[in-house]
Formats: sequence, C-alpha cells, structure tokens
Amino acid sequence: MNLLTVSGSPHVFNDTSVSKIMWGVVIAMIPATLVSFWYFGLGGIIITLSAVIFCVLIEYLVQRYLLKEAPSVKDGSAVITGILLAFNVPSNLPVWELLIGCIVAIAIAKMSFGGLGKNPFNPALIGRVFMLISFPVDMTSWPLPVTNRMVLTDAVTGPTTLGILKEGLANGETVSQISSQLPAYQQMFMGDIGGSLGEVSALALIIGGLFMLYKKIITWHIPVSFMLSVFMFSGILYLTDPEHYIDPVFHLLAGGLMLGAIFMATDMVTSPMTYKGMIIFGTGCGILTVLIRVFGAYPEGVSFAILIMNACVPLINRGFKPKRFGEVVKNG
Amino acid sequence: MLKTFKTGGVHPPENKITEKQAIKVLPVPAIVYIPFSQHLGAPAKVLVAKGDKVKAGQLIAKGEAFISANIHSSVSGKVQKIDEVIETSGYRKPSVIIEVEGDVWDESIDRSDRISKDIILSQKEIIKRINEMGVVGLGGATFPSHVKLMVPEGKKAELLIINGVECEPYLTSDHRLMLEKGEEILVGTQILMIALGVSKAMIGIENNKPDAIAHLTELAKNFNGIQVHGLKVKYPQGAEKQLIKALVNREVPSGKLPIEVGAVVHNAGTSFAVYEAVQKNKPLFERVVTITGKSVKNPGNFLVRIGTPVSDLIAASGGLPEDTGKIIGGGPMMGKALVSPEVPIVKGTSGILIMNREESGRQELKNCIRCGKCITVCPMGLEPWLLEKLVINENFEKAEAEKIVDCMECGSCHYTCPSKRPLLDYIRFGKGKVLQIIRTRNK
Amino acid sequence: MNVELIYSVATLGLIGSVSAVILYFVAQKFKVIEDPRIDQVQEVLPSANCGGCGFAGCRAFAEALVMQGGEKGNLDGLKCPVGGNDVMAQVAGILGLTVEQQDPVIAVVRCNGSFANSPKKVIFEGATSCVFAHNLFAGEGGCPYGCLGLGDCVKVCNFDAIDIDKATGLPVVNEKCVACGACVTACPRKIIELRPKGKKDRRIFVSCVNQEKGGPAKKNCAVACIGCGKCVKVCAFDAITLLNNLAYIDPLKCRLCRKCAPECPTGAIHELNFPQKKETLATEINKTGSRNEALTEKVSEPAMTPDSKSGNNNGGISNET
Ligand code: SF4
Ligand code: SF4
Ligand code: SF4
Ligand code: SF4
Repeated sequence: MNLLTVSGSPHVFNDTSVSKIMWGVVIAMIPATLVSFWYFGLGGIIITLSAVIFCVLIEYLVQRYLLKEAPSVKDGSAVITGILLAFNVPSNLPVWELLIGCIVAIAIAKMSFGGLGKNPFNPALIGRVFMLISFPVDMTSWPLPVTNRMVLTDAVTGPTTLGILKEGLANGETVSQISSQLPAYQQMFMGDIGGSLGEVSALALIIGGLFMLYKKIITWHIPVSFMLSVFMFSGILYLTDPEHYIDPVFHLLAGGLMLGAIFMATDMVTSPMTYKGMIIFGTGCGILTVLIRVFGAYPEGVSFAILIMNACVPLINRGFKPKRFGEVVKNG
Repeated sequence: MLKTFKTGGVHPPENKITEKQAIKVLPVPAIVYIPFSQHLGAPAKVLVAKGDKVKAGQLIAKGEAFISANIHSSVSGKVQKIDEVIETSGYRKPSVIIEVEGDVWDESIDRSDRISKDIILSQKEIIKRINEMGVVGLGGATFPSHVKLMVPEGKKAELLIINGVECEPYLTSDHRLMLEKGEEILVGTQILMIALGVSKAMIGIENNKPDAIAHLTELAKNFNGIQVHGLKVKYPQGAEKQLIKALVNREVPSGKLPIEVGAVVHNAGTSFAVYEAVQKNKPLFERVVTITGKSVKNPGNFLVRIGTPVSDLIAASGGLPEDTGKIIGGGPMMGKALVSPEVPIVKGTSGILIMNREESGRQELKNCIRCGKCITVCPMGLEPWLLEKLVINENFEKAEAEKIVDCMECGSCHYTCPSKRPLLDYIRFGKGKVLQIIRTRNK
Repeated sequence: MNVELIYSVATLGLIGSVSAVILYFVAQKFKVIEDPRIDQVQEVLPSANCGGCGFAGCRAFAEALVMQGGEKGNLDGLKCPVGGNDVMAQVAGILGLTVEQQDPVIAVVRCNGSFANSPKKVIFEGATSCVFAHNLFAGEGGCPYGCLGLGDCVKVCNFDAIDIDKATGLPVVNEKCVACGACVTACPRKIIELRPKGKKDRRIFVSCVNQEKGGPAKKNCAVACIGCGKCVKVCAFDAITLLNNLAYIDPLKCRLCRKCAPECPTGAIHELNFPQKKETLATEINKTGSRNEALTEKVSEPAMTPDSKSGNNNGGISNET
C-alpha cells in the first residue's frame, strides 16, 4: 500500500539547492576563464584544467578514504575552488606547485573543518597565500599576454601593474614618472595586461558578477561596498598627495580587486549573513586592501584583506543582527 | 506602488488551481465526527449523550472557559456515541459521533437567501451572539472570535482589518467567498466594527485576486468607513502582524497582540461567519473548504459541514489520486500533514491539499552554507540557521535570547534554504522547550 | 658578568617575591572553609557526572551528601545509581552514617511496537527528535503511546547503554546501563522505566504503555496491552494493577512466578532471562496462531544482547552539530 508521508510544515520548497548555486558560480566564471585562455593561451588552459581536476580529485579522495563519507563533489564547490585557484596564479606556474596549492586549499582549508559550509576561510585564498609564501618567485613572475596561443613557449614575464607601481615608488619616483610605464586603463579594463589568469579582465569579471546578481547568488552589498571603499580610501590618499598615491581608478582596475570583490569576498560560506554585516565586511576588505597595497610589503593586498576579514566574520555575524520585527526601540 | 510588509517574505508558486471554481455544496455525509476542541483554548464541555436526537445548529458542547468556543451539531440525526476519534495528528480527541437522519435545522436559523443588512443588535449583544454561535477565526488559527472583540482594559481599538489576503498557495476558499458572498462579508465587517466600536475598517486583498478586489471595492461604496486595499503578493502577508505592517505601517511589538497598535484583525471567512451568526442566527457549523492538488481530478471549493470525514470531500473531488504521497489540512506552507483521510474536517480546515509522491518528500540535506537566505526571508527578522544550531546543541537559553518565541512558524526559512535544512522542525521543537522553560520560571 | 644581567635578575626576583607575598595574603583572605569530607566523598564517587542522582554532577552530589546527610542523620533518598550500594556504603563510612541497601535497577523499555508488531501506517520525515515527532503526530505505527524510535533516549545516554535496534526500530538496553535515568526523562512518551534488576537478571513486566481501549490499541499494534485484566486475576500476589486500560506489574510485589505471561492474550507481558518453558511456549504459539515472532524471541533469549549495537538509526535526517 501507498503510505502517506507526515512531516512538519512547510510542505513545499523552492528549487534552489547548494549545487545549483555552486554551478551558477561556475557559469559566472566562464567569461573570465575564456578571456584568460585568450590572453595566456595553452598555459592558461593547462593551469585551469589541472587546478579543477586536482581539486575535485582531492575532495573525492579525502571524502571517500579519509572521512569515509559519501563524496559530494557533484555539488560543484570543488570546481569553484579549482577555477579560483587557477585565476590566482601565473599561467607559467609549474603544475606540481599548483598541486600543492590544491591540496592545501581542499584538504586543509576545507575538508579538515568539516567540508563545505564549515570552513572559516575561503579555500582558494588559503591555497593561493600558501603558494605565495612557499614559492614567492614563481608566484610573482607574471607572464605577459602571449602572442602565439597554441604553443607553450617560455612566456615573456614582467611585473604586474601594481608591482611596477610599488617598485617605482620604492625607488623614489613619483606617480607621474611611473605612469608612462603603466598600461592604459582601457587595456586594464579589457585584460590586456600581465598578471594572474583571472585578475586580468575587469570586464569579464563584471559580466560574471552581473550574472550572479541576476541569479540571486550574490547580493550587491559586498562587491559594491568593497569597491566603493577602495575607491574612496584611495581617493582620499590621492587627493592628499597625487604625486605619491596613484588615482583610485587605477586601484579599482589593477590587480585582483575585481576578482576578489566579485568572486572571492562574496563566497557565502565565509562572508557575513546579514546585509549590514556584508557592508561592514566589504568595507573592511576595501580599506585593508588599500592599506596593504600602499603601505604593506606586498604590492597586492586583496587576498590578505579578504582572509583577515574572513576571520572577523563570526564576530560580524554576532554583532550585526537583522532587525527583529517588533523590536521595542530602547530610548536613551 | 502596492503596499506590502518590509522585512522578509517569499513568493512560492501560487498554484491557485481552484480560483475559478464556484463554491459547491457538499452533500450531507452519512456520519459526522465532531471534536470538542476545534479551537484554540479549553475544550468545550459536552451537553448531549448517546442516543440523543439532535438538529443541525443545536448546541452540543459548551465552551465554558474564557478562551473556548461553543460547538454545534452540523447535521440532524442521532448521537451514535461519544468517543475518542483520531484527528489530524493521529491522536485521539473526544468527539461526538452523529448518525445523520434527514437534514432538519434548528428553527431559530434563518435559512432564506435574503441578505439582511440592518444591524439591530447592540455592541454587547453582538459579542454575546458571536460567542453563542461558536465563531472562531477561520484562517487557521481558530482563536475564538468573541475574545478578540473584547478590547482589554486600557487599550483602544482604532481600526478593524479584514484579512482577505489568502497568501497560502493553492487555497481559494476566501477568494471564492469574497466573490460570491461579498455583500455578506461587508455586512459582517460592519457588525465587527460596531462590536469593536471603531469607525474604520480596511480589507486587505493580495493583488493576485483582482476580481475580488474590484468586486469588493465596488460594493464597499455603499458602506461607510470600509476601504479595500490591494496588496503586493508576498507570503506571509496573511499573518496578522505582517498585514498590519503592510496596511498601516505599524509594527506590533514582540510578544504583544495587535491591539497594542490599535488594530484588530479578522479573516474574511470569519466576517462571513459573523454575518451568518448575527443576522441569520446561524451557528458556525459549515465552512468553505478548498480541495485541491495537482493530481486531483475535480478540484474545487465546497461548502462542507463540520465533522465531515476528509475522505468524503476527497470522494467528491474525484477520489484519492493513485500517486498521493501526502494529504495536507490547510495550505502547503503552514498546513498540517494528515495521518489518514479518515479524519474529520474541523472549523480550522481551510483546505485539503493532496500532494503527489514526488512533491511530498523532502530533499537531501546538506550542511548549512551560511548563505544567509533564511535571515533575508524571515518576516520576523530572526536568524533561523542560528536558532536551528542552538536547538540542536540544546542551548535553549541562548535561543530564548535570540527570540525563538517570536517565530510564527511561517516556514519561509525552510522553504528557502538551499541546503534544505529542516529549520522550522528544530525551531518548533526549541520554541516548545523555551515556552516550557518560561512557564516553569514564571510559576 | 655584566651589570645589566644582575639588574634584570634582581628586578625579576623582587617582582616575584612581592607577588608571592601578595598572593599568599589574598589566598588566606579568600580561603573558602570547606568540609574536607566533601573531597573525600567525591573521591569515592564514580566521577561519571551523569546527573543520575538528581544533582549537577558528582561534586554537587558530594556536597549534598555531606550537608543533607549531616542534617538528617541518614542518607535516605540520596543515591548514586552508577556506584550503587558499594559506593553508597563507602560514603556512609566516611560520613559515619547508615545507608539503606537498595536493589539495583536498570532501564526497561516498555514498548514492543516493532515494525512487525505495529506496521508503519505513515512515513515520517523531519528532524530526528522524539520530542518533535511526539508534538507533530501519533507516530508511524499509529500508536499515540508507543515508541517513536528516533532515539532521544540514545542521545542522552552517557554510557552507551541503549541503542536503537534497526530491525525492530525500538531501543534496546544493554548491560552497561547504570540506571542514571537520563533516558527516562528524555523520552517524551514515558516509555522507559527503571525497574529492579531482579534475581539473576530475571524480570517480568508489561511491555506496553498504551492507555487506549482494547479495540483501538489492538488496531495499531498486535502486542498492545488491551486491558483485559486476565493477568490481574491470575496473580496470586496482588502485584498487577489495571489502570486506564493498562496493566502494570509492581516489581516490588512480583515474585517472578510467571503465571501471568501465558495468560496475556496479546503477549504484552515479557519475561526476561528465564529458562525456556518448553511446553508452554509450544502451546502458546499454537493457541494464538500467527503470534509474532518477536515475542518468542524475547522469551527464549535475553533481550540484553550486547551485539544489538547496530549503529545509530538516524531516520532520514542526521543530527550533526
Ligand atoms: S518560520 Fe519562523 S524563523 Fe522561519 S522564517 Fe518564519 S518566522 Fe522566521
Ligand atoms: S538558508 Fe539554509 S544554508 Fe542558508 S544560511 Fe540559512 S540554514 Fe544555512
Ligand atoms: S540506558 Fe538510560 S538509565 Fe541506563 S545508563 Fe543509559 S540513560 Fe541511563
Ligand atoms: S523510548 Fe526512546 S526512541 Fe522510543 S520514544 Fe522514547 S525516547 Fe524515543
């Protein structure tokens, strides 16, 4: 006989699911991936593919043989980590170094905390920072966009825009002297510059971001507050001394800022849960990024900024509660 | 811009399959099971005994406590016995079982079709009549209506709100009632206004019922002080506090009743029942029930006698579909799953929803991915994911501080969660525990 | 050796000694004068901190023993279920008081509504919590008194002494039970009872708590107590009472004569750890025809099979933290 089911209300559910969200993010990353293939050719393809394969495989193996639970790689979150990791490395990175990055990202930063949903830090960022510290040279020699896309030549490497700037400023040059060496903003916007795979084209990243907004995967709060605070903070600095601090538009377009603001800071698991909290989080990321870029030792500060703010998320969640309905406003 | 409430809310697929189906009268069943407790509050005390002859509309159980309601026979016939009968949840509740013989109504009931508009009773008499006729809130909460009309000392009612929102997917009983009995509802509204001593009433109807909005707006021109408002479709707008917020932008403080902000909310169906009780002297013994579902052959809206087995109604709609997986009393968001079709329809049954097997199961459970969607949709501004966690860890003190008791069990959080966490299950469990703790503390 | 080093050693030494003196006085001033026997008593308690005594942990119980025992002059009403009579005797020794010997008790699950005896009438989906399910509906088997099988009792047991048998859906208590009573409180349906262990672990009890009339009870479960009262009549020691359609065997009066069990038409009375009665068993099965196998199993083999630990039945929804 056909038994009736009994359960508590509600009895209908909407059709989102974790895997739909995760695959949605993957789709949103496609434009940026294609752009990176265009500029970096075969090297880019190899790095992206191997990062994704490594991440998925590692997650599968860890779940299957170490944790002895049903593998959940189908939900797509490992794919995201893989692509993000690939976005964050130069296209000529040795594959074995990438493998180590993937292991750190998935096995240590994600699975050891209990898997998707329980990791306090963005796994891809942990992997990236780990590689950055372990292989500083390989991780910071950025190939310039290649001319022949089908061969794996020794790409011409050069510093990133931010690297040029930092170096120049360190050598006592002024911004106007350096800016002749910097690519034009238009170039930066389209991605025709040296850098890691994904941080190159702001346009492609924005397209992906709009897609995620449309699909309600992310809200505007984090990216907008992140970029706005970068813009304002660097703008204030610029106004105080334009010869020493470069203008805010440069900060917005350079480095992994768009990538960080759109894809990495918005990771659901490691960002706050209320709108208020998200804005605080985004603003914090922005200010930290500029601080590190301008005053820190590294030319690029997005990863560190996001990781530091990740650590603050539990606090932010505790401090910024949603407004309760019918809460009696306390006077005084 | 159409009005709605601000915080939270979801928009589940409306699926109002039966909105064009006129109300049909379900034939009187052969046997009815009338539980003594169909309302919030103390069960009524039985007045009849085995073998007694009863008429439709005769008082068979008296609500003696302050919060209780009278129960009337819905049919004429012989009391077969007074026994425990399973209700929705599978627990047995004392009930009167009546074998139907003919359909004789109590003489005092005015059975004519004439709409009587003149209200002759005074405020006190109206409340007394509503109490006698056993009218309770028909939206589902089944709170005795007369209690709501007695404004507590020191409070003042300024506004009556008639809830014609029907925000639950699938259900259309109020919608049909507003279309077919619009005038009666408005007279009922006026009666309620007199009972409360207010001069203003607002009827809130969601915008997916344009015909009802137009119809009532037209009719309301002949009534003083009644306004009809269309509202943006958003669940749970039918919840009292959300409806007040939507219509007059006042927020009922946490843990307080709507009267705190001068408003009293009654359901459109209740308003009709009030009309019948006061103008026609007819006790609440039948109501409109929507029977619906994707696999149901002839879904529709039926006028059903209280105590009719759900299976009779299902038979009238073309029988129980082969692939039935779940039968719900009420709507899909807040309704209760029935343990069997053999349970009686009670005053609070606004619909019977039959779901097929695919729809009725729950999906695979994942870890919470801290997406915050549950927070975004919670109309009470709570943090369902946190409450769930606290309840699982049995941290009830913290759960209380996080206002778990404010949860109105609307289910928006569970509906939305991409990880399919059974948020409301745990919140309900925790809410029960916390209320228990509060009770012992206050002792 | 340079001067700096001497200075630093001297300063540090000075700071150290000043602090020590301060600490000494503070400690003296705030010293809590505590009965040293509390520590001694705590020493002999099992340190399980299970709360079975009704106090918040062993320390609290030790304090209560010393205080209340001192006031009343005996230890009646205070008992550590885990330590049992031995520990209580030791405590009494320390305090110089007497303690009454109590029969050891064990948790007994009074429901036999297994999947076979009380087939599922509906399927439950939702939170794995008996309390939640209890508030939601009557239960998958339809019995509003019966075990819901979601394991609230298992969750609270600190001693790994109770587990859900996957085959029957019912909890089974094993010999690790220390009778702390946590499961008794946790069960929303009051199914578990602490009963004397009995001689040689032999126990007779009514394995049902259903208070419905015979008809409805039987409709949901083949082995329900239908309140017929046959056992009451046959008991020579007045040990069985019938209240609200339910028979209850008073373990203090029951002499384990085994007269009642064969009388029960539904087999609701369970006998544990008795040697098999060959002829009775055979006739019994004949008498009731298709009588469930679960009962005969229960009669012939001890229910406390330690190997019934078959993992946690998570009934659909895992309950991770
Ligand atoms: S069920 Fe409760 S916690 Fe969930 S959304 Fe509704 S009010 Fe909020
Ligand atoms: S909606 Fe679900 S996954 Fe998202 S935060 Fe709430 S409980 Fe977690
Ligand atoms: S089975 Fe019950 S009484 Fe026995 S130790 Fe476990 S919780 Fe305590
Ligand atoms: S005996 Fe255990 S599993 Fe059964 S209802 Fe009670 S607590 Fe739940």
